[in-house]
Amino acid sequence: MCLGIPMQIQKIDGNVAKAVLSGTTRQIYLDVLDEEAQVGDYVIVHAGFAIHKIDEKEAKETLDLFEEAGVLSPGSDNDHGVH
Amino acid sequence: MRRPGFFRRVLITIMEYIDEYRNPDRIEHLVAHIRDISRKQIKLMEVCGTHTVTIFRNGIRDLLPNGITLISGPGCPVCVTPIDGIDRAIALAQKEDIIIATFGDVLRVPGSETSLLKQRGEGADIRVVYSAYDSLRLAKQNKNRQVVFLGVGFETTAPTMAAVIQRAKEGQIENFTVLSMHKVIPPALEALVQSPELKIDGFICPGHVSTIIGTEPYMPIARDFGVPCVIAGFEPLDVLQAIILLVRQIEHGEAKVEIQYRRAVSPKGNPKARDVMMEVFELSDSLWRGLGSVPRSGLKIASPYGDFDAERRFDITPANGREPPGCLCGDILRGLKRPPDCSLFKKACTPESPVGACMVSSEGACAAFYKYST
Amino acid sequence: MKRKQGKVTLDHGGGGRASRELVQSYFLPRFNNPFLGKLDDSAVVDFPPGRLAFTTDCYVVDPIFFPGGDIGMLAVNGTVNDLSAQGAQPLFLSAAFILEEGFALVDLERIVISMATASREANVSIIAGDTKIVPKGKGDKIYINTTGVGLVQDDVDISGSNAKLLDKVILSGPIGDHGIAVLSQREGLAFDTDLRSDSAPLNQMVEEILSVTREIHVMRDPTRGGVATSLNEIAAQSGVGIVLTEATIPVKEEVKSACEILGLDPLYIANEGKLIIFVPPEHASRVLERVRQNQHGREARVIGEVVADHPGRVVMRTRTGGTRIIDMPLGEQLPRIC
Repeated sequence: MCLGIPMQIQKIDGNVAKAVLSGTTRQIYLDVLDEEAQVGDYVIVHAGFAIHKIDEKEAKETLDLFEEAGVLSPGSDNDHGVH
Repeated sequence: MRRPGFFRRVLITIMEYIDEYRNPDRIEHLVAHIRDISRKQIKLMEVCGTHTVTIFRNGIRDLLPNGITLISGPGCPVCVTPIDGIDRAIALAQKEDIIIATFGDVLRVPGSETSLLKQRGEGADIRVVYSAYDSLRLAKQNKNRQVVFLGVGFETTAPTMAAVIQRAKEGQIENFTVLSMHKVIPPALEALVQSPELKIDGFICPGHVSTIIGTEPYMPIARDFGVPCVIAGFEPLDVLQAIILLVRQIEHGEAKVEIQYRRAVSPKGNPKARDVMMEVFELSDSLWRGLGSVPRSGLKIASPYGDFDAERRFDITPANGREPPGCLCGDILRGLKRPPDCSLFKKACTPESPVGACMVSSEGACAAFYKYST
Repeated sequence: MKRKQGKVTLDHGGGGRASRELVQSYFLPRFNNPFLGKLDDSAVVDFPPGRLAFTTDCYVVDPIFFPGGDIGMLAVNGTVNDLSAQGAQPLFLSAAFILEEGFALVDLERIVISMATASREANVSIIAGDTKIVPKGKGDKIYINTTGVGLVQDDVDISGSNAKLLDKVILSGPIGDHGIAVLSQREGLAFDTDLRSDSAPLNQMVEEILSVTREIHVMRDPTRGGVATSLNEIAAQSGVGIVLTEATIPVKEEVKSACEILGLDPLYIANEGKLIIFVPPEHASRVLERVRQNQHGREARVIGEVVADHPGRVVMRTRTGGTRIIDMPLGEQLPRIC
């Protein structure tokens, strides 16, 4: 449950956008995206709809953490989930 | 990491935001770290079917130390749709003037007597679509026929369905309805965690469902039941990193909700998608294959949108949907049994002739086990 | 008969003047050879001594025109390749057409021209043919059957049952182009790609391979069902196991991304210009080098080998360290959301 593909927005026309992943383009819908989308943004696409704008900074940090063996130390500002 | 290019037409060498998370060297690195920090015997449940596939496809079970057991959970929306749901869809498909629009995932699932694929061979008009919007387009193109869309999926898909239903209402489309079999995940997790037979030490939580719902719905599980939850992405590095975070929590005696999949999930989720979803749907009790009836876990179309509810428009009396004898899907979905424990697995039940949904769904535990275990 | 406009009618299949005019205006001038020109009931040819390879195939692809080709080009190259994969030198083809009433003559012409071009490139002649017309609704624009004969040399013994332990498996180039190119034209999937069908004749490549060594055990052109299907068939026929290495399998990024988006697997997607070759390890690098010198084999790789384990099964070592069984596909690959 749930193929969600990262795609980059190339063109926007109302609630419809054209997005691309590695040379394959698709028409996607922006109806349920919670942020204003801009051309050049990367979004996660599920069943033809953009559901989230990819946070590039977070993406990079995640990759950096892989280098450090991916340990989030408790209490750091990376820790979203202390509840 | 290679900086994502802006419309990089000339040199296409990787799939951005995908390939970097599949790097084999980094995988070794993370696996070594898991071995270092893992002390206790623990059972982790990956809830989501797509996680089951990633774990199998990348041989993650084989890479983990013996102390860590991964159990597949009920996060495959096709697998948990009871036979009754499939039978109702088939009953509709058999009506003359109806076009059934469906995601490809549902086509081969066996009902009590037949499947949608077989019905298509018998002449039923069944069309595979990729997006809910495609089904609305079908309705506009076939004004003298009724189009019924089979709504299957969790909180990732339900908002997209809701948006399309809203459009249908705005456009006053008269020949479009949805048979909603959508479900929501957190109540099922709570049912599992309360199950006395199942001792789960941590949940690998679904990534894209969480994009929509955020961290809040998982809190009762961590807070009231003391079970750590980590929301994970779908690439192998994501899953391994999520396992590291779970192991750390468990080793430190903590229980909280953490996000590994930070590039796609924020703690508040996607409020707009949730609003759209709850504008069109309302929660109802729902039957889950394997789990039985789970309170407030299904999405029913709310009365303001009742015109688009296939249940209201059509009189559907399905066959008496019963689990086929010997099928262990129920226990497998609850994490109590594994596919090889089922007497039908690989014998009477194979991908070519599946008995239960767990074998026919591309993400079913049995299908994954069959395809990916040597 | 008006060229370049007009539609196929039932008269064209009646056997009378309209039929004859169809043949003489459309087929004869394009396929242009003395055998066809005779318009006899059968073509009679002098056949060189040796074993005759014989194959037939039907082509019903929809849409009939797609990026990189059309149904006609497929019909020629597909049958040429079935002969070539058998180690035969393709010599003659027949072409039979079932046309739906109302099919545009200008489309027919385009397809016939395409077949003529393809047969010239493959150096084969279309020496026999037939056309039938079916009423509107009883067909789907155009169906084509091509049957081909070729010559197999005495010291060539290629068969799906000949795979031997330790054979290397060579794949002539990137997979999935054709299937994705065709899918991109299908109504409702709404994705765009620059991918084109890889349809191409492989007889030249086969000739070059056989000039390196005659000890080729198996060759197959992986069409419907993709590489996965062909390899499974061979594993079963030969009673051997096959192990692939995912990192070595050539796939274009555009195919990968289209597959990610639709939830498909390139290993199961159709190809129309690729060859799989099973060759003993001592000849593998020379064969590989030769294939790479061919215009259709520039990206050839060794992708796996034959093993004694798991006979009849194809298994793949994934990039990320796991092992996957590569099973036969059930049937049609369906796009999915989960």
